[in-house]
Amino acid sequence: MIATPKPDLVTVNVDGKEIAVPKGTNVIEAARLVGVDVPYYCYHPKLSISGNCRMCLIEMGMPAVDPATKAPIMDPATGKQKINWIPRPQIGCATNASPGLHIRTNTPQIKDCREGVMEFLLVNHPLDCPICDQAGECKLQEQSTGYGRGYSRFIEHKNVKPKRTQLGPRVTLDDERCILCSRCIRFCKEVAKDDVLGFVDRGSYSTLTCYPGKALANNYSLNTVDICPVGALTSTDFRFKMRVWFLKQTNSIDTESSVGANTVVWSREGVIYRITPRQNDGVNDTWMPDSGRDLYKIVRANDRLAVIKVNGADASLDEAVNAAGRLLQSAAGAVAVIGSGRSSVEEQFLTRKLADALGTSTQLVSRVGQGDGLLISADRNPNVRGALVTGLIKDLPTAKLTSLGAAIDAGKVKAVVVVGEDLAAAGLSATQMAKVAIVYLGTHANATSTAARVVIPTLTVFEKSGTFVNQQFRIQKYLKAVPGVAGAQDDLPVLARLVAAVGGPILAGELHALWRTLAAEIAALAPISFATLPEAGLLLDGTPYAAGPFVETESLHFNPAAKPAVTT
Amino acid sequence: MKLKPETLRRIDEVIPHYPVKRSATLPLLHLIQEDAGYISSEAVEWVAAKLELQPINVLEVVTFYPMFRQKPIGRRHIKVCRTLSCALMGGYKTCESFEKEFNTPRGEVSADGEVTIEFVECLASCGTAPVVMIDDDLHEKVDCAKAKQLSDQIKAESKKR
Repeated sequence: MIATPKPDLVTVNVDGKEIAVPKGTNVIEAARLVGVDVPYYCYHPKLSISGNCRMCLIEMGMPAVDPATKAPIMDPATGKQKINWIPRPQIGCATNASPGLHIRTNTPQIKDCREGVMEFLLVNHPLDCPICDQAGECKLQEQSTGYGRGYSRFIEHKNVKPKRTQLGPRVTLDDERCILCSRCIRFCKEVAKDDVLGFVDRGSYSTLTCYPGKALANNYSLNTVDICPVGALTSTDFRFKMRVWFLKQTNSIDTESSVGANTVVWSREGVIYRITPRQNDGVNDTWMPDSGRDLYKIVRANDRLAVIKVNGADASLDEAVNAAGRLLQSAAGAVAVIGSGRSSVEEQFLTRKLADALGTSTQLVSRVGQGDGLLISADRNPNVRGALVTGLIKDLPTAKLTSLGAAIDAGKVKAVVVVGEDLAAAGLSATQMAKVAIVYLGTHANATSTAARVVIPTLTVFEKSGTFVNQQFRIQKYLKAVPGVAGAQDDLPVLARLVAAVGGPILAGELHALWRTLAAEIAALAPISFATLPEAGLLLDGTPYAAGPFVETESLHFNPAAKPAVTT
Repeated sequence: MKLKPETLRRIDEVIPHYPVKRSATLPLLHLIQEDAGYISSEAVEWVAAKLELQPINVLEVVTFYPMFRQKPIGRRHIKVCRTLSCALMGGYKTCESFEKEFNTPRGEVSADGEVTIEFVECLASCGTAPVVMIDDDLHEKVDCAKAKQLSDQIKAESKKR
């Protein structure tokens, strides 16, 4: 009756619908493929199976065969092979697809099972949804609506447990809401490799606890908040700030390293409230580092630049562009351009065009830290590979701009265009910076913006759209989540106007139009347009650069092609 | 961690009985409680290090089983049964008389550090209820009078020491 379509695929039957799935797929995933929802709490696709919530109970059967002859036993009523149903329900998460497996999820027995499990889970659950941060994205809430009995028979007193335990610097635990699914424990043990969480005591007194004297302080602790199916683990930063259903979700990229973890930025009325990971099985699975979730705070930082300045006086954009154009043209032949590994691919392309128009080459500033082997790589610039692909740089950047300093001292450089970098941090002295005319495009105030003749404030990654090329040479796009702060200018039109002001070609300052130029001029990007770039990104051919002394070491879903340059 | 050399020897002997070290958690905790009388947090960490686990893994086990103690008890442990047969036959009264004799509430250590009195569940001698277990010795049909007699015996033994 059931033929195996491919050697590694097995056909299973879910609620009468047949589907071929890879052997070993569990029943929850197989059912998802035919559009059947099997509810669960403890199961998580990226963690080990523990099977302790009992919510995914299903009825399971196998085609009947004669024990002696192994001949199929046919059912005369239907003319099909008889199915031997197991009388007791099985858990779906720990049941793997095998040839001919039959699953029923819609029988009265399964309905009873789910109601029973829901009732037990709700016995000691405080039902404080009106003040709970998880409300609106709570599995318990959704599934008690979908599969619960709708009213409570429990008249006894509920358990009292700690309501606001600080598990670590970023995670607050409400033990009463915990349904003991153990996802957080498994995450800490299996992914973060920081096994500090566990259940103490027994039965309805079971309590999620961090080992006394230790803290859930690893840089991935907030992922436990994401995977908590209820409101037990909450982010201390986001706690009681905003109802999730008011928030707009925008896809973005974590800019703190060249891993390029996929994220979602949650905002309302131009204010960002939190950043969570977005699943990308080729990059970050469903995780992201805690440090990347704090980055939205740069948008409203006190040192944010918001006024265009020319020679220290407020100016309009026209005046600033004209002033910069005159300044750079008067220093023609003695201009340096400092690009940034934090700029998007499009900005780096325009920076290159600017350097081309000025007849100079470009340098980047590298930022090297310690890779954590998971989702933070050693290269703390998100887009150094984008600069290689766009031809902004030929060699990998160095941490200090010593050659630029020497050129300034020798009088060979009279003007410097700086895009989003701080020359002081890159090793230039105040006297060296005073010797040259600086045109600065950047988001935040620093020594360079103070010393600059022309300052044009620009947008942070949350206020504009663009693309980054991560350590795998995967080009990924991020979208504008909130409008730019008043006074800040969009990088692309500013760069395009600067290119024109110094006598370069007229280029589009609008993202989609610019991508047509990018696709036409850069062979590696030829098949891509911004609008059609998939959510999961697109792998570019990295082989032309494979010999480069990249600093990244092995991390999640990444193996360096060449040996890392810096072995520390 | 100060354990007797004999306990340490038995601990090293029991670990290779199991295919993975983790499985030796329970036997190790039993041996340590037998030696030290309770499982201190220091002992939890010692066992974790010994079995290449994290302390939280051991703490989970210690808190799961009510018979693992996390605090020291008296030199003598008086366990009074309170399950149905003993309760009907006056187990609660027996317990109260022990408490009065030693002037110590249930679950606490007496001022001289001599005894701890606790209720326990069935000691499997319902026919001779109420029963009391003092350390490893079972005492049957312990009414108030016999409780007094047992208490006096304990007091006399402690004086001798």
